[in-house]
Amino acid sequence: MLREPAADHGIRAERIQKRLGGNDVLRGVDLTVRPGEILSILGSSGSGKSTLLQCLNLLTVPDRGDIWVHGEKLAIRAISQQGGQARILDHRQVRRVRASMGMVFQSFNLWPHKTALENVTEGPVLVKGIRRNAAADLGRHYLAKVGLSDKADAYPRHLSGGQQQRVAIARALAMEPRVLLFDEPTSALDPELVGEVLRVMAALAGEGRTMVIVTHEMAFAREVSTRAAFMHRGLIEEESPPQEFFSSPVSSRLRGFLASHR
Amino acid sequence: MDITLLLTSTVTLASGIPLTLLLTFASLLAGFVLAVPLSFMRASSRKWLSLPVLAYTYVFRGTPLLVQLFIIYYGLGQVGAIRSSVLWVLLRDPFWCCLLAFSLNGAAYTTEIFRGGIQAVATGMIEAAQAVGMSPLQIKRRIIFPIAFRSVLPSYANEVISLVKATSLASTVTLLEITGLSRKLVSETFAPYEIFLAAGVLYLGLTFLLTGFFNALEARLNGAPRAKAHTRRVALQQVTHEL
Repeated sequence: MLREPAADHGIRAERIQKRLGGNDVLRGVDLTVRPGEILSILGSSGSGKSTLLQCLNLLTVPDRGDIWVHGEKLAIRAISQQGGQARILDHRQVRRVRASMGMVFQSFNLWPHKTALENVTEGPVLVKGIRRNAAADLGRHYLAKVGLSDKADAYPRHLSGGQQQRVAIARALAMEPRVLLFDEPTSALDPELVGEVLRVMAALAGEGRTMVIVTHEMAFAREVSTRAAFMHRGLIEEESPPQEFFSSPVSSRLRGFLASHR
Repeated sequence: MDITLLLTSTVTLASGIPLTLLLTFASLLAGFVLAVPLSFMRASSRKWLSLPVLAYTYVFRGTPLLVQLFIIYYGLGQVGAIRSSVLWVLLRDPFWCCLLAFSLNGAAYTTEIFRGGIQAVATGMIEAAQAVGMSPLQIKRRIIFPIAFRSVLPSYANEVISLVKATSLASTVTLLEITGLSRKLVSETFAPYEIFLAAGVLYLGLTFLLTGFFNALEARLNGAPRAKAHTRRVALQQVTHEL
């Protein structure tokens, strides 16, 4: 557990703790994501799965614990006994690491004052310093990839939820990240729009990308992931390849969870 | 009522429009430039950043603009240190005193308007920007402020219109803008009714134009039929420039 992970090996989080609003949301979680792996994280709401995901790119700074991304240990200061908040020590490093991890949010979070194309190109232009023309080509490429070539000039409020989420996926892809993080990407969608987003995600999974997906879509997780993890009250209760995970779960809580989501 | 006098005095007073506009736009520009960083400080959760700005906006919003102008125009000249400093070159001139008073006052109101908009930006917008690796300054410049500015544009337009009318206070320190000219004309003709009516018409015209301008800007920023990103950016630059 305590040895340093070898360089360039996906993501590793050790003993992650986080307390939010008086609740111990994460209680010493260990998580490894190997390159090329597609990890689904399941669990009932409040189990800490979204918080864990947000810790991986430090949108939430864990109170305690260590995180390595691509072999690089993130510089964070743990919470102090005197009540000093946990915080990021090396902002430059965190920005670099975030740029290498695309994130897709439950509520899309597209910037309303920018068109679909501008939402996609903003990161490459500002963070990677790509020229606007080149970025526009890149943006169109990824919009085409999510099936929205014709919506490049549309503003988010003129797009359906499913379309907005696909733009958000294109925005994450345009940074050409090494890992994609999905935080309940279909939970805010009308049922009839879920399919189009899942199809895009399945296509990405087929490209051998590294993906971490927090989701409630059981069938999708079973179909697409290479490994599934079940969280319960701030800890990973069980993790295994999807066949075992869904067919022969060990823990009674996971059995109960799967039964109630069938 | 003497219609001929109304018409001729309108024409005469129109020569005060350039000064009224100069005072308005110069103090708008200065106020805007001041208000943008101040509003971010004011919206900060760090007390040592927000409290000094709160003190500033509290004082300037809590006292009459006319009093502020008199303190700057009549009061500062009594301070020996100022009379002997280079600042005196500007502060002995009523135009610069007005500009200073209007800018500081306008910046106080504008700061509070922008602050409201900044705090109303959804955290998800900021998280999405952080997640792609933008720096705090890039996030403020490209995400938070543009979203905030659009949401407070109607209130900001109100502030601009208030400022146009507030420039009439410049007449109390000898400047001959629209109101100053009116008072001069009244003292020559003893016909306050027609002349102040003419002044009112001129202000109404300016307000009308500004309202139209801000309505158009609002429609444009809210992405009415898509113009090219470039032209929109240029339009916004022109606005900030004019302000």
